[in-house]
Amino acid sequence: MASAARHDVPEPPDFDILKRLARDQLIYLLEQLPGRKDLFIEADLMSPLDRIANVSILKQHEVDKLYKVESRPALSTSDQLCFLVRPRVKTMKYIADIVNADKMSGRSRKYKIIFSPQKFYACEMVLEEEGVFGDVTCDEWSFYLLPLDEDIISMELPEFFRDYFLEGDHRWINSVARALQLLNSLYGPFSRAYGIGRCAKMCYELWRDLEEESEGDSQGRNPEIGSIFLMDRDTDYVTALCSQMVYEGLVDDTFRIKCGSVDFGPEVTSSDKSVKVLLNAQDKVFSQIRNEHFSSVFGFLSQKSRNLQAQYDRRRGMDIKQMKNFVSQELKGLKQEHRLLSLHIGACESIMKKKTKQDFQEMIKAEHSLLEGFDIRESTSFIEEHIDRLSPRRCPPSRACLNPKDYRSLKTQYLQSYGPEHLLTFHNLKRIGLLTEQAAGETLTAVESRVSKLVTDRAAGKITDAFNSLARKSNFRAISKKLGLIPRLDGEYDLKVPRDMAYVFSGAYTPLSCKIIEQVLERRGWQGLEEVLRLLGGPEFSEAALSVPRPAGCRFIFLTTAVTSSGRLMEAMAEPRS
Amino acid sequence: MNRPRADEEEYWHSSKCRAFTFDDEDDELCQLKESKRAVNSLRDIVDDEEDELEKVSWSGEPVGSISWSIKETASSSSTSPEGRDSSLQKGSSSNAALPKQVSSYSLSSLFKGRNKLPSLQSLSDALSDTGVKNYAPELRRPKAEYKDYSSDWSPKDTVRRMQRGKVCSLERFRSLQDKLVLLDEAVAGHDGNVITAVLIFLKRTLRREILFRELEVRQVALCHLIHFLKETGEQKMLLDLLRFLDRTEEVALSQYREHLNIQDVEKKREFLKGCIGLPFSPEDISHIQDHYTLLERQIIIEANDRRLETAGQSEIFQKYPRKASILNMPLVTTLFYSCFYHYTEAEGTFSSPTNLKKTFKIPDKQYVLTALAARAKLRAWEDVDALFTTKNWLGYTKKKAPIGFHRVVEILQRNNAPVQVLQEYVRLVEDVETRLNLATKYKCHDVVIDTYRDLKDRIQLMAYKCKVERGSAEEEKINSILNNTQIRWKN
Repeated sequence: MASAARHDVPEPPDFDILKRLARDQLIYLLEQLPGRKDLFIEADLMSPLDRIANVSILKQHEVDKLYKVESRPALSTSDQLCFLVRPRVKTMKYIADIVNADKMSGRSRKYKIIFSPQKFYACEMVLEEEGVFGDVTCDEWSFYLLPLDEDIISMELPEFFRDYFLEGDHRWINSVARALQLLNSLYGPFSRAYGIGRCAKMCYELWRDLEEESEGDSQGRNPEIGSIFLMDRDTDYVTALCSQMVYEGLVDDTFRIKCGSVDFGPEVTSSDKSVKVLLNAQDKVFSQIRNEHFSSVFGFLSQKSRNLQAQYDRRRGMDIKQMKNFVSQELKGLKQEHRLLSLHIGACESIMKKKTKQDFQEMIKAEHSLLEGFDIRESTSFIEEHIDRLSPRRCPPSRACLNPKDYRSLKTQYLQSYGPEHLLTFHNLKRIGLLTEQAAGETLTAVESRVSKLVTDRAAGKITDAFNSLARKSNFRAISKKLGLIPRLDGEYDLKVPRDMAYVFSGAYTPLSCKIIEQVLERRGWQGLEEVLRLLGGPEFSEAALSVPRPAGCRFIFLTTAVTSSGRLMEAMAEPRS
Repeated sequence: MNRPRADEEEYWHSSKCRAFTFDDEDDELCQLKESKRAVNSLRDIVDDEEDELEKVSWSGEPVGSISWSIKETASSSSTSPEGRDSSLQKGSSSNAALPKQVSSYSLSSLFKGRNKLPSLQSLSDALSDTGVKNYAPELRRPKAEYKDYSSDWSPKDTVRRMQRGKVCSLERFRSLQDKLVLLDEAVAGHDGNVITAVLIFLKRTLRREILFRELEVRQVALCHLIHFLKETGEQKMLLDLLRFLDRTEEVALSQYREHLNIQDVEKKREFLKGCIGLPFSPEDISHIQDHYTLLERQIIIEANDRRLETAGQSEIFQKYPRKASILNMPLVTTLFYSCFYHYTEAEGTFSSPTNLKKTFKIPDKQYVLTALAARAKLRAWEDVDALFTTKNWLGYTKKKAPIGFHRVVEILQRNNAPVQVLQEYVRLVEDVETRLNLATKYKCHDVVIDTYRDLKDRIQLMAYKCKVERGSAEEEKINSILNNTQIRWKN
């Protein structure tokens, strides 16, 4: 996300404070269990933890061995066990089993559970039911916010999406409110708040509630973050489901960026080992290409490698002193740049190879025509063919007009290709409104149809979802017209000099969510957007606590419950095996 | 190459997107390759101190990272206890090489220092009761804290306290009305954690039917209870609830869902058999039936093939040992398997592809694609040929494919089909541009030459002459066509 600096834009706030706070609190919590102890860490907390602490810090606080929380029994021999977990019923049962096994064998140990970011009553209930309540002590590690980059903060709660949008469970709303409170106390006060969506509204209300209770000492401070904009994920599924066309997006599609870093395998590193690379604004090569349309990336990389070559070439004709200078001052930087450059070139190659194999072009074509509402028949059969071929990849989010027959046949073929148990996935997609069957007799309703891969492993494959007619979704066409999301233009869209944000999808579609934010910020409220709001259907709000002059330029900081992508959204819809 | 590119540009132009392609031979990939060469050529200058660089950091947190360390524990815990200890030492010795994280150091020592002072020890103990969860307690201490010791909370205050993570007894909400007011307050408070807590209390203190009845008109709370029951695995109550709500399809799906947790295939088969009678929607019933039939088949095929394989008498299993069992695989995978190992079997056997096709009503397109992939993998080109050959009533043969021939070519090419085979199918690609494109890409010279001849495109044909080998049969062919005075060239 981080982009090249413009002069009228303020510097981003220092989000490292968030990391330090989280680290310090963790240390404090670990010291609540003095003495040597083994630490059990939930798998999905490992990457976030890696970003704020490392093994030596844990060792300094008498953590002896580290284990992963998993289904296997624990082999720890320590007298004190500490569990660093998400508040999940399943994990509680795992811990209770350990405690009960110890009790059976007459062994006494100390147990401590540290919940992150908070504990749930349901977890305590399980501990109580299993008869271990009181044998374990519980704490909360309020690690709400992990800065992934200078302008991206993540709560690293991917389950938020399924819990709220599929199951209708509001349990994370408090966490979001608390995250807002933390952000407000460190970088606020926020003077303006806008939002759209039911969930956004609840989070906002709960946050205001929390603020009222606390003695606000932040008044009078100069806010580093002035306005906030809260938006529900379901306001704009289309954007998340479109195929990525910018470099960072394609890297994510191909290699899966996890917690801001990526594992580049041997095919990228051109050696026999994999490397873990942190992808953020600090990576000088990456930061310049991350937001570029993929087609502009090659030119940039080749320019860059020529420059590098020239810099190395300067060594020739240097005398000893200059050489010494060169080695001590420049060489390290050049070497680093060299490493980065060769990695990103390798990554580009892998992406190219993969996409070529997948008829990426045809897929984009199908996707674009579905967005525009043309050639629906053709696109449907394109999707069909890919299901038939079991292609381990995803197909376009399509705005097809699927009649019940098409829908049924796509579903049948999908189940035949990827497994009958995906019947449950289809049901979930229907419940969440990502897939709807056009009722017989109903004429022309837009249906979003989409085939997406479920998981990277081939067996699980992808998923077809046809989206729409649930009142709001079918309004996509109308909204898109109203906001001009599909640029109508003569001639070519020059991706190297993008004229608007549609460039991220090759000029075919402007992300709805971004457009809404743009409009609201321009109007400083929702006035004039009534029609759009009616179509979107979610409750909106806007509130100005202080009247502040309109800033010249603004910097956007993104706070998300979890970074997502079409693949991740679809994965969240599959039924897990327990 | 000129023609296809121009054509592509036209296409992209017409669809309003610029000519950006992922084509193999595109200029951009060349550019990329060029850059790669340039960068790689620098490698020997750079490589000398690589090790030192590795440790310094740019690649993330390699050695001392937590995930790394856990992997170490995991791999060593399977071995002897000594091994475990040595891994620990390995971990700590590599940690020593890491740069120290100064900021955390200072804070922790601060805490340590504090603990050494006896007077402060009690303070930190006291803290652990209340304020531990706030790392910046001064920022969020609630105004209402002084009221903590009273016990007569209104429903609203009770919910509020629970939202702040405080222990609160719910036992005094005994009348149904009190309970419901409490629940409604919890819902109004937006905190799902509290809603669930209240529901746990109601579930314990109300008869099911009463609870269900009240939840029916409280949709948000209802969702929470359903999710809670799913998570805690209280399947029976969940089904009762769904039945009470008349959500029959969900009842069926919830039961069907349980099969995911059954490992034993025989048990799973029995279970699926039981699912067939469940109240699914009409379209889903056939899917469930198919699921059962498929697993039943797979069990038969698996048993049979395992026997054949261990006996070591079947050539195909010796030549291509099975990598995994076919159990629980999707239908298309099963079809592929059967096309691979059982292609020639008569329709009567359960493992024959035709039997599968018939039983599961697999569409032609699907069948052909799968069979093609399987036979091509075995390089059984005659089978591929037979797959597309149809005879009409006069006995003439003709090639026909329910999928485009360009797809056929693609699949064959991926399986390294020889040019002679490839050529035959490239020739059948209907669209001239696509045909030329593919023929050029896969060096099917004959097809290219014939196509240009048919197009009467002398210029392209002459240009193509440079691409074929000197003195080859292809060159000769081009020459003879160019010299043919009967052709009326268009240019």
